[in-house]
Amino acid sequence: MSSSTIGGVGRRQAGAVPSAPRRTPPARVVLYVFLIVSSVLWLFPLLWAVFNSFRDYQYTQANGYASFGGFTFDNYVNAWEQGDFGRHFLNSVVITVPAVVLALLLASMVAFVVARFSFKFNLALLGLFTAANLLPPQALLIPLYRLFRAVQVPYWFSYSGSLLDSYWALIIVNTAFQTGFCAFVLSNYMKTLPYELYEAAQVDGLSVLRQWWQITLPLCRPALAALAVLEITWIYNEFFWATVLLQTGDKFPITSSLNNLKGQFFTDYNLLSAGSVLVALPVLVVFFALQKQFVSGLTLGATKG
Amino acid sequence: MSSPDLPLAAPQTAHPAPSAGSHESSGKNQRVRRLTGRDRLVVVLMVAIPTVVVVGLIWLPAIASVLLSFTDWNGVGSLADAKVIGLQNYTDVFTIYPPFKPAVEHNLLWLVVMFVVATPLGILFAVLIDKELKGSRFYQTALYLPVVLSLALIGFIWQLMYSRDQGLINAVLGTQVDFYGDPRWNIWAALFATCWRQVGYVMLLYLAGLKGVDASLKEAAQMDGANQVQTFFRIVFPVMRPINIIVLVITVIESLRAFDLVWIINQGRNGLELLATLVTANIVGEASRIGFGSALATIMLLISLVFISIYLTVVMREDER
Repeated sequence: MSSSTIGGVGRRQAGAVPSAPRRTPPARVVLYVFLIVSSVLWLFPLLWAVFNSFRDYQYTQANGYASFGGFTFDNYVNAWEQGDFGRHFLNSVVITVPAVVLALLLASMVAFVVARFSFKFNLALLGLFTAANLLPPQALLIPLYRLFRAVQVPYWFSYSGSLLDSYWALIIVNTAFQTGFCAFVLSNYMKTLPYELYEAAQVDGLSVLRQWWQITLPLCRPALAALAVLEITWIYNEFFWATVLLQTGDKFPITSSLNNLKGQFFTDYNLLSAGSVLVALPVLVVFFALQKQFVSGLTLGATKG
Repeated sequence: MSSPDLPLAAPQTAHPAPSAGSHESSGKNQRVRRLTGRDRLVVVLMVAIPTVVVVGLIWLPAIASVLLSFTDWNGVGSLADAKVIGLQNYTDVFTIYPPFKPAVEHNLLWLVVMFVVATPLGILFAVLIDKELKGSRFYQTALYLPVVLSLALIGFIWQLMYSRDQGLINAVLGTQVDFYGDPRWNIWAALFATCWRQVGYVMLLYLAGLKGVDASLKEAAQMDGANQVQTFFRIVFPVMRPINIIVLVITVIESLRAFDLVWIINQGRNGLELLATLVTANIVGEASRIGFGSALATIMLLISLVFISIYLTVVMREDER
């Protein structure tokens, strides 16, 4: 695998295999085979789930899972109904959308100040935010759990009478956790904006608030889009906080409701497959539609909370 | 200092980053002073509101966990009734709490496997895909598709491979191994499924890193007669130091925080003990031993803070450049 062009330089190097032929060197064939085989192996568990989700339980029971045939749509219908997927998807939306918006809003405020002004505490502030994103959630579990339980709210606000076992708890926690990551990425992005822009704005008498809202945020659109995509998948995928802060089964977002459904789905693997595909579908759709943003979001910060 | 600017974050070329170094803060602080009273209030609020959220919901609870770990609070009755018992909880964790040792071992095993298996594999794929062969996009997408999925969902998808009666592995091999249930196997089953996701993640980070490596460096090395393997290990890899450290820290922290997959399998019992599941089980479960659980949480907190500091030092130093 050692005789190929690097980084598009277009020069064939004599590497470990000294005399590489010009057309389809064997090393290159090995490389292609390796990559194709790996890719197919990597996709296999997902494809296997999709394949079995379309098969009849009776058929696979009779013929074994390593068989072909018995195709049906029934699993999807059953999974949707038994798992109450409509409600759980809605729960995910109710939690994810406000959390992403709030995290981006809060993060952009801090990032703006850190990038726009030079205070002595800038780095420390950014560190405070970034580090918060990397803490193990379990380390804050007890105090947060007790805090949410202690905060009494009216019943119209939360059916449980406290923040515990409410969507609010999850929105707040996810917002707090993800603000750190977004602030870090956004501040780096904002530092690349030319400072003259702000000097001019200052001369024109533009208030700080408008410098943030009308100049900085529109210029940060690529970074905001990338972060939004990334945060949607992360908060949608979030499992721990939903598991520990919610107690009523029908409030669970779709990712953590899977655990509730385990019992029903346990014996019927075709149903389990259909359920898994349904849960994966929204993130896969977002991912394929906005792949570029997803990848650039991940590498923009090169860290994950 | 030979490390070049890398796309760890946005490119730093457009404008010198406003650094917080005291030596140059005077000039810019004057600009701040020129702000009107209303603007100054806005700046304060823009910092204060997010800070209150993050400090109030993350840092204060973290400190509270540390404080609670020195008490015998069981969560029943008021906090005022709790007695301070010094390091007793920590002594108990280390001496009379049987799941602690396996949990630490499993967390370490997790870390080792992520380092020895997932990371090199991710780097290998990144290097190969960076060659921009035909179909690069397909390989790349296939390899990082699992990164989009939640670890909980990954637990379910792999159940289709692992199940004793209906799983593919047993069907093909004609065996009857209960991969999730058998304590001899389940940690490996969980690790395998986690690697499936982690490889794609490491690959993505290194792909970004490789794109930032100056091509002329590689050319120069090869003109000096280095082969590709030598070029990678002696030139490319050292130049990617910031990415290496970030991957290292992320791997450590993710290994420490590993939770979702294991909780889905059996709530971290019977061979799948991890620090994160012990904390959770001690608080959410029947026996809510808050002081004791907090001691476990504090241990996690301390380990992660060490690596978070390393991480911050590296990225902030990059930042100042």
